Amino acid sequence: MSQQKYIIGTFLDEEPLLAAVKEVRATGTPIHECYTPFPVHGLDEALGYSRSRLPRAAFMFGVLGFSLGLSMQAWMLGFDWPMNIGGKPSLAWPDFVPVTFELTVLITALGMVGTYLVACGFIPGSDPKMPDPGVTSDKFCIAIPSNTADYDKINGLLQRLGADSVVEKEVEL
Amino acid sequence: MYESPIRRPLITGKTSYAKITDDIVTPIEATPTKWWYLGFGVSVAALGLWLLTVGYLLFTGVGVWGLNKTVDWGWDITNFVWWVGIGHAGTLISAVLLLFRQKWRTAVNRSAEAMTIFAVICAGTYPLLHAGRPWVIYWVFPLPNTYGSLWANFNSPLLWDVFAISTYLTVSLVFWYVGLIPDLATIRDRAEGLRKKIYGLLSFGWNGSAKAWQRFESVSLILAGLATPLVLSVHTIVSMDFATSVIPGWHTTIFPPYFVAGAVFSGFAMVLTLLIIMRKVMRLEAYITINHIDVMNKIILVTGSIVGSAYITEFFIAWYSAVPYEQYAFINRAFGPYWWAYWAMMTCNVITPQLFWSQKLRRNIPAVFIISIFVNIGMWFERFVIIVTSLHRDYLPSSWAMYSPTWVEIGMFIGSLGLFFTLFFLFAKFAPVIAIAEVKSIVKTSAEEHIKKTAEKEGIDLKEVNPQIA
Repeated sequence: MSQQKYIIGTFLDEEPLLAAVKEVRATGTPIHECYTPFPVHGLDEALGYSRSRLPRAAFMFGVLGFSLGLSMQAWMLGFDWPMNIGGKPSLAWPDFVPVTFELTVLITALGMVGTYLVACGFIPGSDPKMPDPGVTSDKFCIAIPSNTADYDKINGLLQRLGADSVVEKEVEL
Repeated sequence: MYESPIRRPLITGKTSYAKITDDIVTPIEATPTKWWYLGFGVSVAALGLWLLTVGYLLFTGVGVWGLNKTVDWGWDITNFVWWVGIGHAGTLISAVLLLFRQKWRTAVNRSAEAMTIFAVICAGTYPLLHAGRPWVIYWVFPLPNTYGSLWANFNSPLLWDVFAISTYLTVSLVFWYVGLIPDLATIRDRAEGLRKKIYGLLSFGWNGSAKAWQRFESVSLILAGLATPLVLSVHTIVSMDFATSVIPGWHTTIFPPYFVAGAVFSGFAMVLTLLIIMRKVMRLEAYITINHIDVMNKIILVTGSIVGSAYITEFFIAWYSAVPYEQYAFINRAFGPYWWAYWAMMTCNVITPQLFWSQKLRRNIPAVFIISIFVNIGMWFERFVIIVTSLHRDYLPSSWAMYSPTWVEIGMFIGSLGLFFTLFFLFAKFAPVIAIAEVKSIVKTSAEEHIKKTAEKEGIDLKEVNPQIA
């Protein structure tokens, strides 16, 4: 992907970043994304993000794991090679509960984490698309695309809220 | 988020986000200390003993163990159950405590989870070798084969165990790694050269964006929800290896909850043993505070009491059942030839944790360290008592036998400790031992500085409500 020009405002705490997100959105200027060292409570709502659909993916992987686990055991022991164990029923479903449960958990966990990594574009070896390496330590950044923003206005707003620095630069985000 | 200033601090001293990063990442960037080399050297030597004994075992056969036809589960299964039990605290801390929103979890979850994974790896080696021919261990999986296909028997708890342990290891590893990604990125962004490349590869291009954090929290919450019943299922299924048999002393319905409580009990003891050393050697006292140790001791007290009640209940039920074999199994446990193992277990597991009713002892680090070692020993004896004393005198007095381990079994046990500690030392050197991002997220509620600020703003006298800080 190509580089683009962004206004990057950097804060040293989460509260001014949250305030900045609210004020910038109030002016109608679109925000590209925010970058923080830890999950800031309420930031996703302030940015207007809808709830993550990962729980739905997890549920579907769970259904898949459950059906695969149960049908595998039922087919193997009930139909493909039924064994006579003291005349007891070969489709002994209570015995299938533990393995069905384990496979449900296993496939849900692996499927959901895989979905999460792919959705975020986190693949081993990919380069981080971030405005400043400090965001994984102590910096809180807001990135606003330059082409839809008025630099002077945004600069004034971010400075007033206590930004540590406001710069305009070409980065790949 | 508001939090009352009467809470005890979870981060002591001066705090800032940059300082947290520094405190936790610096030991990874610095050359290891003498203590690290010493500990690592001893662990690797023990690991060498493991390779030696396992090699000898594989070339000769399981006959080199002291097992006989009456006692056919000995130190191998004892150590397996002991290690699996130790591997219960990590996921319990990170999953159950996440669901309960316990903030003290943030400082201890990373290393506890690492410990879990290493303990489960150690546990896994035992059934693998006990099976006799580890090169055909894939037979336990339901793979198509030329015998029919003759499938694995899903009616057997031993097979449930295969699925439980392997799922537990995989899910714990995934859960741990998902949490590690942001922190590995923190190391990456401070590093240069080769280290930057390696941590860059390991951190998958993490960028700390709001969307990534939103998904991260969603994934963590669901993984926690999945891991919680999983933790409980693992030792439940391990206990069914015993409970579904008809051996007196094993055939009891109390086993699943009793094993799970015992697992959490021993897991927390091992976490304390490791963390008490780690916080000192790596100078992490500001993050793993005496308050963390205090709450973990309370969990040890609770689970230890559950385990103690289970021992007494078992004895009572054996008498109340009026089954002579069951009664004999229990009398034999306490007063038979293995009485010393039984009383070692009772002393270490029932009496020592009761000392934690005293707050003074809960907050006395040398005392906690010694008690945690006692619990580790006691839980090992519990597994030994359950397995060996139940087996060695079965229904037929003519086949009664005694069992003692050979040097190979002892060497393998010391060796598996070596495997465990080698992995733990490598982890402590190369990975952030405290969840950096998670600790930062509690600064605004639970840091000592923040509590002082809130109290000042509200005009509360800290001397009255929170004397520890004042």
